[in-house]
Amino acid sequence: MNDTTAPSTIALRPDFAAIAAWIKPGAKILDLGCGDGSLLRYLRDTRNVFGYGVEIDDDNLLKCFRNGINVIQNDLEAGLSGFESDSFDYVILSQTLQAMRHTEGIIKEILRVGKEGIVSFPNFGYWKNRVQVISGHMPVSKTLPYHWYDTPNIHLCTLGDFEALCQQCNARILERRVMNNDRLVKFLPNLMGMLAFYRFERQD
Amino acid sequence: MQDSKSVGVITPQYVQISTPLQLKSGLVLDSYHLVYETYGQLNAARSNAVLICHALSGNHHVAGVYAETEKSLGWWDNMVGSGKPIDTNRFFVIGVNNLGGCHGSTGPASIDIKTGKPYGATFPVVTVEDWVETQAQLAEHLGIEQFAAVVGGSLGGMQAMQWALDYPEKVRHALIIAAAAKLTAQNIAFNDVARQAIMTDQEFYGGNYYAYNTLPRRGLRLARMLGHITYLSDDSMATKFGRNLRNGELSFGFDVEFEIESYLRYQGDKFADLFDANSYLLMTKALDYFNPADAYDGDLSAAFRVAKANFLILSFTSDWRFSPERSREIVKALLDNKINVSYAEITTSHGHDSFLMATPHYHRLVRAYMDTIST
Repeated sequence: MNDTTAPSTIALRPDFAAIAAWIKPGAKILDLGCGDGSLLRYLRDTRNVFGYGVEIDDDNLLKCFRNGINVIQNDLEAGLSGFESDSFDYVILSQTLQAMRHTEGIIKEILRVGKEGIVSFPNFGYWKNRVQVISGHMPVSKTLPYHWYDTPNIHLCTLGDFEALCQQCNARILERRVMNNDRLVKFLPNLMGMLAFYRFERQD
Repeated sequence: MQDSKSVGVITPQYVQISTPLQLKSGLVLDSYHLVYETYGQLNAARSNAVLICHALSGNHHVAGVYAETEKSLGWWDNMVGSGKPIDTNRFFVIGVNNLGGCHGSTGPASIDIKTGKPYGATFPVVTVEDWVETQAQLAEHLGIEQFAAVVGGSLGGMQAMQWALDYPEKVRHALIIAAAAKLTAQNIAFNDVARQAIMTDQEFYGGNYYAYNTLPRRGLRLARMLGHITYLSDDSMATKFGRNLRNGELSFGFDVEFEIESYLRYQGDKFADLFDANSYLLMTKALDYFNPADAYDGDLSAAFRVAKANFLILSFTSDWRFSPERSREIVKALLDNKINVSYAEITTSHGHDSFLMATPHYHRLVRAYMDTIST
């Protein structure tokens, strides 16, 4: 990355820590939909990774530049044709899956480009979401902060839904971590978990 | 109006280089001189130098103005200056006129000491690689062992790229804007029409028009008019000129009627007065020949294996002469080599000329990138 960037000032975000825990130090990373680049910067500062972010939004791109990370402006919906197969240790899709149109397509591209994929998403099956649906409304919560009419989230899913998609895409799930704020959820994860993290690989 | 961020009044400087230059063509140029300008201060560690490489019709006068000369603002004054994206408070910025040019460096209009006459058609064809070699000589003259950044748009971007390939240890960052790793057939075709316009002008005299005290003005004018069309976009022309008529009604003749005609003719005339036709021929050839992948069976990734710099690649959505697709090819080659690279595709409507415009998002990106470069 660039010559100088001040040490990361990002307060420890539990979701970043959850992903970082899976990353081997010095790994080569592709962060899809990297936003302002803070996850990639965090991984660089804490895990010494080499990586690129992929982002489409102009404002986020500028923030990535300011964060001193490598970022490629590209539309994920168009796939990852600029990236060679098996060219990354990890391809990360952090809280972006639910906003993508070509959900199945991006999972397949992650499996092609990365040795392993790491995907996180808000669990629609979280009990508070279910309660809101039962009470007659689309959920609005910490992990789903939008109203139904202004949300970028078009493909929300539950843990069970995502695991079924993995099977359909020939992805072998290596590890799953479910969190409620900064707590790890072991009991009834599809009901108690707000955020889900999966690490998976291609099943040949 | 005084621009407080301008580098102010600038005086060009000259350097005579007596190290023979082995050209890619096989010919040797025994000695030559270069005209250049500098802005800002070289720091004690000599680590804050930024080289600006110019495009087809550019020159060494990147920023500032000349004393008592009207309309003498440098061609990239909006980018280079005090507090500007390439900040002369932090960086020591160098602009140099390329060999073969017509703004003070040795070129076809210069006197060949062997004959006492202008080189004219005998001036050798120079390439991007040759230019990088001459710029390396200038760097040595200035005592710069490594550039903080080499920056260029279009043909200038090709030079920045070549720098990173020829002198990997001497370039920390390469900013390649609206460029390509090679021209397409369509792009070469445009260049050849431009060359044909010049070379078929009766006043061209096989490139030796200086001896006849004349200029192939009509040819150079046509070449520039054609080039200019390709540097703009259909949208920007439609917005700026549309089908507007100069006199409000059709005249059923062949004089200037549409505003676009008037504009192009004016641009062509202005250029034909200022630029040397032989230099134009040389610059377009350098564009056509550029292809670092050529030595690697067309494999651009292999060509970039030696590169060590960090790269910023920028393209513009409305640029069809050096389209974003061409920039993505460069990005791909860098990704393949695990090289630090950032890439932005900037939404503009100004076509290839976008790289010269002060589009806020474009300038913010360059500023943000330059800010991360240590000096």
